[in-house]
Amino acid sequence: MVDHAAKLTDRVWSRYDRKEQLTRYAVYLATLIAVVWAVRDIDIFWPWVWDAPNQIQSLGARMWPPEFSKWSAIFSAMLETVHIATLSTMLTIFIALPVSYIAAQNTTPNKITLWIGRFILVSSRSVNTIIWALLFVAIFGPGVLAGILAVMFRSVGFIGKLMGEAIEEIDRRPVEAMEATGASKMKVVLYAIVPQVMPAFFAIIILRWDINIRESTVLGLVGAGGIGVLLQGSIDMFAWQTVATILLAIVVLVILGEALTSVLRKKVI
Amino acid sequence: MTSGNTASGAQPGRVWKKPPFIANPWIRYGLVAITLAYLYWAFSTLPFDWQRIAEGLPRAGKIFGGAFPPSFERGGLLWTGFKESFQIAFLATMLGVLLSVPIAVMAARNVAPLPVYILGRTLIIVSRSFHPVIVAILFVAAVGFGPMAGILTLTLYSIGFVAKLLAEEIEEIDWGQVEAMRSVGAGYMKILVYGVFPQIMPRQIGLSMYQLDSNLRASAVVGIVGAGGIGGTLMNAFGRYDYDFAFAILLMIIAIILVSEGLSGWVRKKVW
Amino acid sequence: MLEITNLVKRYGQNEPVLKGLNLKVEGSSVVSIVGASGAGKSTLLRCINRLVEPTSGSIKLNGHELVNLRGSDLRHSRRRIGMVFQGFNLIDRLTVMENVLSGRLGYVSFFQALTRRFPQSDIDRAFSLMERVGIAHYADKRADQLSGGERQRVAVVRALMQEPEILLADEPTASLDPKTSQQIMSLLQSLASEMSLPVLINIHNVTQARMYTDRIVGMRHGQMIFDGEPKDFNQDALDAIYGGIESPEEDAGEPASPTEEASA
Ligand SMILES: Nc1ncnc2c1ncn2[C@@H]1O[C@H](COP(=O)(O)OP(=O)(O)O)[C@@H](O)[C@H]1O
Ligand SMILES: [Mg+2]
Repeated sequence: MVDHAAKLTDRVWSRYDRKEQLTRYAVYLATLIAVVWAVRDIDIFWPWVWDAPNQIQSLGARMWPPEFSKWSAIFSAMLETVHIATLSTMLTIFIALPVSYIAAQNTTPNKITLWIGRFILVSSRSVNTIIWALLFVAIFGPGVLAGILAVMFRSVGFIGKLMGEAIEEIDRRPVEAMEATGASKMKVVLYAIVPQVMPAFFAIIILRWDINIRESTVLGLVGAGGIGVLLQGSIDMFAWQTVATILLAIVVLVILGEALTSVLRKKVI
Repeated sequence: MTSGNTASGAQPGRVWKKPPFIANPWIRYGLVAITLAYLYWAFSTLPFDWQRIAEGLPRAGKIFGGAFPPSFERGGLLWTGFKESFQIAFLATMLGVLLSVPIAVMAARNVAPLPVYILGRTLIIVSRSFHPVIVAILFVAAVGFGPMAGILTLTLYSIGFVAKLLAEEIEEIDWGQVEAMRSVGAGYMKILVYGVFPQIMPRQIGLSMYQLDSNLRASAVVGIVGAGGIGGTLMNAFGRYDYDFAFAILLMIIAIILVSEGLSGWVRKKVW
Repeated sequence: MLEITNLVKRYGQNEPVLKGLNLKVEGSSVVSIVGASGAGKSTLLRCINRLVEPTSGSIKLNGHELVNLRGSDLRHSRRRIGMVFQGFNLIDRLTVMENVLSGRLGYVSFFQALTRRFPQSDIDRAFSLMERVGIAHYADKRADQLSGGERQRVAVVRALMQEPEILLADEPTASLDPKTSQQIMSLLQSLASEMSLPVLINIHNVTQARMYTDRIVGMRHGQMIFDGEPKDFNQDALDAIYGGIESPEEDAGEPASPTEEASA
């Protein structure tokens, strides 16, 4: 039965209709042009590219085996890194919560505060931690304070944005119920909003702490404290075996941080 | 009967307290004590250079005074810096996303045999364990200053992120579609193309756009350690106390990031 | 001809799910397999196209042993066995036509599959089959935009695209409403006779099994306890298959069947 029906028609089928086809080709072409332009225009000395695998391999060889004689200095620099991450996360809470409150559409007092809140969040998030660090090192000189401030300034945007979203997603009905009892604004926040955003709050803080640990490992490269100072110093002195040890220490720290956050997350939720 | 009693308030002066957040008092007060002790320990061991910090405020005044108005005079430098950053981010995204697909397949337990899975997971873990800036210094040390180090860094960065999430997506696909393809007699590659890729495609495009956006941000940063792009220009401006130029660069970075975030969000919404 | 002898399947170290099953399907008959949930119906069908590895025994399709095939031999055998699933198992994000053509994946090259360059004969076959089941006008719609009945028709056409020598259907109507499920059953019945294709259908609904199939096989605890024509499938057989098993789904369906028998 299939065959005689097939004889009647010799129909064509193609995956996309004409317009879709054209759009697809346009996207492909644009991408291709962009790739060709970028590859040709970029300031790369191509012979070096082909040599890169060798270079990477030889760097790896110079790092082997890791050398542990500086372990106590590395350990205290790691502690410093953890302190920077932890303190700045704690301190950020005090700034980020009010900011998220005025940056959430359903709690902000008025249009102007909404825009102020959003402006703070956007400028905080758009500038990378290490660029913040550059600025604070210029102001306060090299050291942990610049690092803490840098991490804080970047974290405000992160925590503030996510908390703001959590506030915007709350169930409105308890808020109305509290307002109906004649409670003041702050009491409504305390009774109807805080309980609802509590789980999100802990999850966000834990997440950011984990991120801040990683961020704190590089602050030292611009002089803002932590293990990065030691890393930069060892690289400058071509002490590659010490560099390897530091890298190992960072991996261990990051893994520990991840393990701890996943435990905390389970405890909180 | 009993409930009637309580409601009428027969027993006056009953106390009620909000049950504490953490029930066990030992843990509750222990946590407070630990936090305080930690704060004390951290602040007392951290090396603050108070004298230098005290100079901070006047310095901040000087810096911000020097930063206004931002100077866009050296437009040529700005243009080449941003162009290079964009090129680095774009090429690294293309490379990273292309490489992520096979690595994600390798690292998805439901489509990869165990040894391959372990290899795939290892690749992802290795590329995720370091901050891109650290990777960037290492590549700068290995292949020299310039955009090449930046591309390598961000490619690895992209693999770490895209391949990981893509692998998780593959592990969550609807297995029925794969079984249907197996039952028509399709081989491994055909099953991937028909049974797996269509299911992860929207995620893949979303992740790629997101990654382009992240790479743009990160490309400004890896330049600070010499891996090419606008970061190097910014670092130099800070080093030479050209705060008005540095401020102009910062403003541009913010503007570009906002635009790119908007664009990538728009594309991600379009594909579903 | 499908010939299953002494088929055993155990998952891990558990009690075997199929305990030495024998079944012979000749000619182009429509056979329904009934049994309570967990009886091993799905396992049986999946052993035939080797989505599940049989533990021991033999499965022969037209004299061709299926049990120890591997690699491309296995794939070549699979394309001769069409399968229709309870949950349709369509590729949601592809169009109806692509889903239908995916039934040809065992035949075309990887490059053809990747670029969707299927031979014209496949496309013609696809259109005529889709017309036969009434979904041709949906060819360029995405599969996830169709209703359940339409989706199952797509799945049936996909299986038929394989030019199968046998069609397996694992509870093809269990996700459909009663009316649509009757339509799908009668479609399977008439396709079987039009294409002289043997069809094996796992089914819960005993009434439909009686109405649309030529032969009923009853399973319980991995063994065949009834094999006969629908007219012989009486209350005793029903009790033997379902008796003493409390299963809420069946309870709703069963009381209806004796009355159906009376009216039929
Ligand atoms: N992949 C599997 N792993 C372990 N046990 C399974 C698996 N698939 C099915 N079973 C078990 O095999 C038995 C038969 O299942 P199945 O063949 O799906 O029965 P039916 O289709 O008749 O409802 C059930 O007890 C089920 O739990
Ligand atoms: Mg079943």
